Amino acid sequence: MSSTVLLGLELAYWQQTAIRVLVGLTALLLLTGGVVYLYLFKFVSFMQSRLGPMEAGPFGSLQLLAEVGKWLQKEDIAPDRADKFIFGLAPAVVLASTFLMFVVIPAGPNAVIADLHTGIYFALAVSSLSVIGVLMAGWASANKYSLMGALRAGGQLIAYELPLILSVVGVVIMAGSLNLQDIVAAQANGAIFGWDGIGNPFILSQFVGFVIFMIAVQAELTQSPFDMPIAESELVAGYQVEYSGIKFLVYFIAEFATAVAFAAIASTLFLGGWDLPASWGIGDGAMHVIGPINISIKAVLLVGVVFWARFSLPRFREDQLQALAWKVLIPLSLANIVLTSIFKVAF
Amino acid sequence: MLLNQFLLLSAILFCIGVYGVIVRRNGVLVLMSIEIILNAVNINLVVFSTYWGIGGQVFALFIISIAAAEVGVGLAIVLLIYRNRRSIDIDELDELKG
Amino acid sequence: MTGLVALLAQVGTEAQVDTTFDVPANVVFAVTAVFMIVAALRVVTTKNIVHAALWLIIVLGGVGVQYLLLQAEFVAVTQFLVYLGAIVVLILFGVMLTRAPLGVSTDLDNDLKPLGIGAGLVLAVVMGFALIQSFGADQLDFRAYDSALGLDDPQTAAAGRTGAVADGIFGQYLIPFEMISVLLLAALIGAIVLARRD
Repeated sequence: MSSTVLLGLELAYWQQTAIRVLVGLTALLLLTGGVVYLYLFKFVSFMQSRLGPMEAGPFGSLQLLAEVGKWLQKEDIAPDRADKFIFGLAPAVVLASTFLMFVVIPAGPNAVIADLHTGIYFALAVSSLSVIGVLMAGWASANKYSLMGALRAGGQLIAYELPLILSVVGVVIMAGSLNLQDIVAAQANGAIFGWDGIGNPFILSQFVGFVIFMIAVQAELTQSPFDMPIAESELVAGYQVEYSGIKFLVYFIAEFATAVAFAAIASTLFLGGWDLPASWGIGDGAMHVIGPINISIKAVLLVGVVFWARFSLPRFREDQLQALAWKVLIPLSLANIVLTSIFKVAF
Repeated sequence: MLLNQFLLLSAILFCIGVYGVIVRRNGVLVLMSIEIILNAVNINLVVFSTYWGIGGQVFALFIISIAAAEVGVGLAIVLLIYRNRRSIDIDELDELKG
Repeated sequence: MTGLVALLAQVGTEAQVDTTFDVPANVVFAVTAVFMIVAALRVVTTKNIVHAALWLIIVLGGVGVQYLLLQAEFVAVTQFLVYLGAIVVLILFGVMLTRAPLGVSTDLDNDLKPLGIGAGLVLAVVMGFALIQSFGADQLDFRAYDSALGLDDPQTAAAGRTGAVADGIFGQYLIPFEMISVLLLAALIGAIVLARRD
């Protein structure tokens, strides 16, 4: 615990943690930027038969930097009647909730900021904190559209928190642990009816859980078809309407970083995470390199699914959204838990 | 760490919560003061679980879930009062007084 | 008062004698405790109802940190999930659905302030005196606690403590646990019946 040898260097615990946080933050921002370029700029453009940004850098690949530069130059305005302190604090709360999710996601045998024994439980707990920031933003803006957007967001995030957590319970029962490294190991070492060629990724046995998880993630991200909280045509931009400049940029980063975080959690829970099946016989040394690449590819592909749905489906009505959560997803995930427990005991 | 530093902290929080329950007249603020009291009790339970086994932590978890139920029902009542009277001042709810 | 002074004196000597006195944990405790007490005082005195709910977040988060210091990881994460993620959000939601003006409201307090201060102070003195009398400068000893749970290996002790909570809930305390489920169901139905418009 006190010191570990890394690349021949003896590092104290705080030095290791500092390195992990820095590397994790860099990887997170790079992945988020890549996802924004790949999907928000290019993927949607091709779906709509246009080229998307082409000017900044080759194929417009530096467009995101140009956008960030634009936002940083803009004046940071707060409404006159706003509660200025809470108005400024709200984006920070949302961003902190996003960054805390990355603390427990493993990207290799040793590449995790904190290997908590309650890993997945912790990630879901901190992901639920972002709604506090949303409510703070909506109230402090002194704008009725903001407040209505925040109330819609609050109702939606609470409603979809339940299927999100309940769909994970099936995986936890299968793996017998809340720790994400244990869940990864359970999939790498597992076998499907005695055949261990691809391990046992839980997407096969927990397909219902996977689908519920991804739908709930879509709603937690307030992405279309669940984007009533920021519906442009009804509420201008919901709780974000008064934000400009760097504070809006923080919301933007938080939204896409949360998408990456949920995709990384989903690939860890359902697609085997960073590890390759144990029967392929790849040693720990190689996995230090392959692991981060492996989980990045899986996460980026899953974010693609989220964006595919976002750009294809029209918006739900508010009552349809609540009905979907309470009348379909929650009963389904409860049934999934019961069936999983029965099969776990039976086999 | 001392046992008493946690117990004294929870005692102080408990007293602040009691003050809030007595002084506040807004229904939601009374609920918040009750949450402070419940949390003070929970700190006590978790501290004593290091003495007498895991039961304290289990009961802390039970209290957290009961607090969630209490807030759910409490807020439903507050919303109902607001809908009927356009005010959530609990000191005005004395119509049943004989 | 003399009890408190004696306690402080004992703390000072314990710090020098006992080599296991954990400085970082005590610093974290002290900082969090100050934040929690200030925030709790603001909850019961602030003139803005949304600010009260936001100060309550600091109190509840601080309680979660205290659970972590007490090595109750599962309870701490549950505190963050249920209290911060659900209860505070529900309170904010309820406040904003009813009446949440920006700025200062004057009608949040009644005129029982002297009674409130009196009751709080009397309780604080009685409880403080009783606690210092009964527990003095007793040390928390997690090693004895872990070996009582059969967790002598420090590497696996944290996971074992979470496991011990699970064993407790689904073993010795199964009946209370089932009672809680019935209670939650009743609360769910009750809240729906109260809040529905018909």
